[in-house]
Amino acid sequence: MIYSGAEIVVKLLERQGIDRICGIPGGANLPIYHALSHSSIQHILARHEQGAGFIAQGIARVSGKPAVCLASSGPGATNLLTAVADANMDSIPLIAITGQVPSSLIGTDAFQEADTFGLMLPITKHNWIVRSARELLTLIPEAFRLAMSGRPGPVAIDIPKDVQMEKIDIRDWPEPALKTIAPQVSETGNLDRALQMLQNAKRPLFMIGGGVIHSGCHEAVFQLARQQSIPAVATFMGLGVIPGDHDLFLGMLGMHGARYTNMALEECDLLIAAGVRFDDRATGDPERFCPQAQIIHVDIDASELNKIKPAQLSINSDVAPVIQHLLDNAGQRFRPQWLERIAYLKQHFPLHWSGEQDQFHPYALLQSISELAPARNIVVTDVGQHQMWTAQAYPFKYPRQWISSGGLGTMGFGLPTAIGVALSKPEHTVLCISGDGSLLMNLQELDTLAEHRLNVKIIVMNNQHLGLVRQQQTLFYDSRYLGINNQRSVDFASLAQAMGVTGVDLQVSASPMDDLEAALQAPGPALINVPIDPEAMVLPMVPPGASNQEMIIQQSLVQAGGQ
Amino acid sequence: MTSDIITSNSVLQVTVKNHAGVLSHICGLFARRAYSIEGIISVPQGDTSIMQVYLLVQENGKLDQVMRQTQKLVDVISVKRRDQDVSLFQSVSAQLADSVATL
Repeated sequence: MIYSGAEIVVKLLERQGIDRICGIPGGANLPIYHALSHSSIQHILARHEQGAGFIAQGIARVSGKPAVCLASSGPGATNLLTAVADANMDSIPLIAITGQVPSSLIGTDAFQEADTFGLMLPITKHNWIVRSARELLTLIPEAFRLAMSGRPGPVAIDIPKDVQMEKIDIRDWPEPALKTIAPQVSETGNLDRALQMLQNAKRPLFMIGGGVIHSGCHEAVFQLARQQSIPAVATFMGLGVIPGDHDLFLGMLGMHGARYTNMALEECDLLIAAGVRFDDRATGDPERFCPQAQIIHVDIDASELNKIKPAQLSINSDVAPVIQHLLDNAGQRFRPQWLERIAYLKQHFPLHWSGEQDQFHPYALLQSISELAPARNIVVTDVGQHQMWTAQAYPFKYPRQWISSGGLGTMGFGLPTAIGVALSKPEHTVLCISGDGSLLMNLQELDTLAEHRLNVKIIVMNNQHLGLVRQQQTLFYDSRYLGINNQRSVDFASLAQAMGVTGVDLQVSASPMDDLEAALQAPGPALINVPIDPEAMVLPMVPPGASNQEMIIQQSLVQAGGQ
Repeated sequence: MTSDIITSNSVLQVTVKNHAGVLSHICGLFARRAYSIEGIISVPQGDTSIMQVYLLVQENGKLDQVMRQTQKLVDVISVKRRDQDVSLFQSVSAQLADSVATL
């Protein structure tokens, strides 16, 4: 049968189980749109290609499966770059397909031509420019295989218009790509050594990262923690693996970790680092990170082992089989002294929270939201102070309940990603916790949200500033404020109404908590504006480059440790 | 005289699939990892589906990490350290010096 390149693309996507694509049409990808119009694949129109990329990310982050975004050539492709770079930093399986000018025009500065191949090179796991329709038959399955195998990551496929229109005869379709089997720990010697190190440890800690979530072994990790009495810290990407309210959970470590968390790391003698990359936000100064500990580092990506921190035992493997081996062979262990010490630290060095009476204090607000929202909720945030407060204080119960931009820290991530999450999980309530700065960056997606009537509740923690910049200028730049959008604020509730989304302003509400609950519980999209004290800071804070022990607790540098 | 020009002492032999853009992938990786490429010799091999790329680099303690990152590139088949191949660069350098001299 005769198929055009565009029809081949759509057919191969269908065979990979793709049931929705987010994109924006343009001259260079109209043949693909024509093929899509005959397909069962649902098309979601974004209002900016960056929005399309993040909507696809939302689908991928919450399902763990590859998701597809589609853009035209030139500005369409360049607008996708931020979302692809973001997926690259957080290891998200994103497939970006872009139209390109016809092959004969490439390199002539044609209308809407950009070197998409060159632009995507450094921010993808791999990328291609397609030279013939026949190439698509091997390329598209390969793109999917790469995106979801080993350490997941984004891939980009640039398809010139003539290739989309080229017709060829196809008799057999290639098998859809499956995830390849990850590196499995092959030398049992390493596993035995891990077992031995665990048996010898007196004060072990788990450091749980995004790799545990990708691996799907969160239950085994939690079981091992309980069985062997190993308290756990989470990196930003690892939140949700251990239920937030469990005694063994020490919360997020690093730059904005609670004092007790960073103090426990100072005292531990064995760090089991699972699916982490020792990012500077987590470790502080790596040379002074966990000074007393031996380190077991397990990661599926060999290049991460011994990159930042040398490990006494590094294992290149999917986390799951390593955890299973420990679970099967380590037996049960009680560590009453270590657990007592952990409980002591938690009690005496908690997250600092003055102003318990203020219902709009960030921690109080987040607590209220978690109590008043429907139980089945997923939390997506934007970037800034609100993001850090949420990471510190929201009680996550399961993996992929927490969706946030970690490695790239992209403002504007929140709303479109929340849309993607809601499309993928229609029975959940999606809480999009955002800031007044971040929300403006992809505001146009309110129209997309209104169009699909999704269960997304945007909570704007509005302090009328770029809060985290203001914080840094206060602490490190002599309080010389510039570029923080000082005390300007849009009337977000009215703006939402104008775009077809219910808007609620708690600042002018007679009974804010009742209005908050009503807005969270009612079906459909809503935006809730909440006034936040502009001077509130995210604390503790480890200054960039300092050690995790040099935490700023109350606007003055205090050396932690001891009583 | 030509050995003075070549001061770096490490060579990586990178065997790659000869796909469009593979050299861009390699050079882009080294650039964004801030690892200087002092010299590059690239020749197709066999039926030209494979290419040998020799990279002249300075050993500065980060070489192991750079080799691991290069191995991750999809079109890279293998990365080997072959410091003895500095002679390749010296030889090319000498030939270029000779051809300039005869102009």
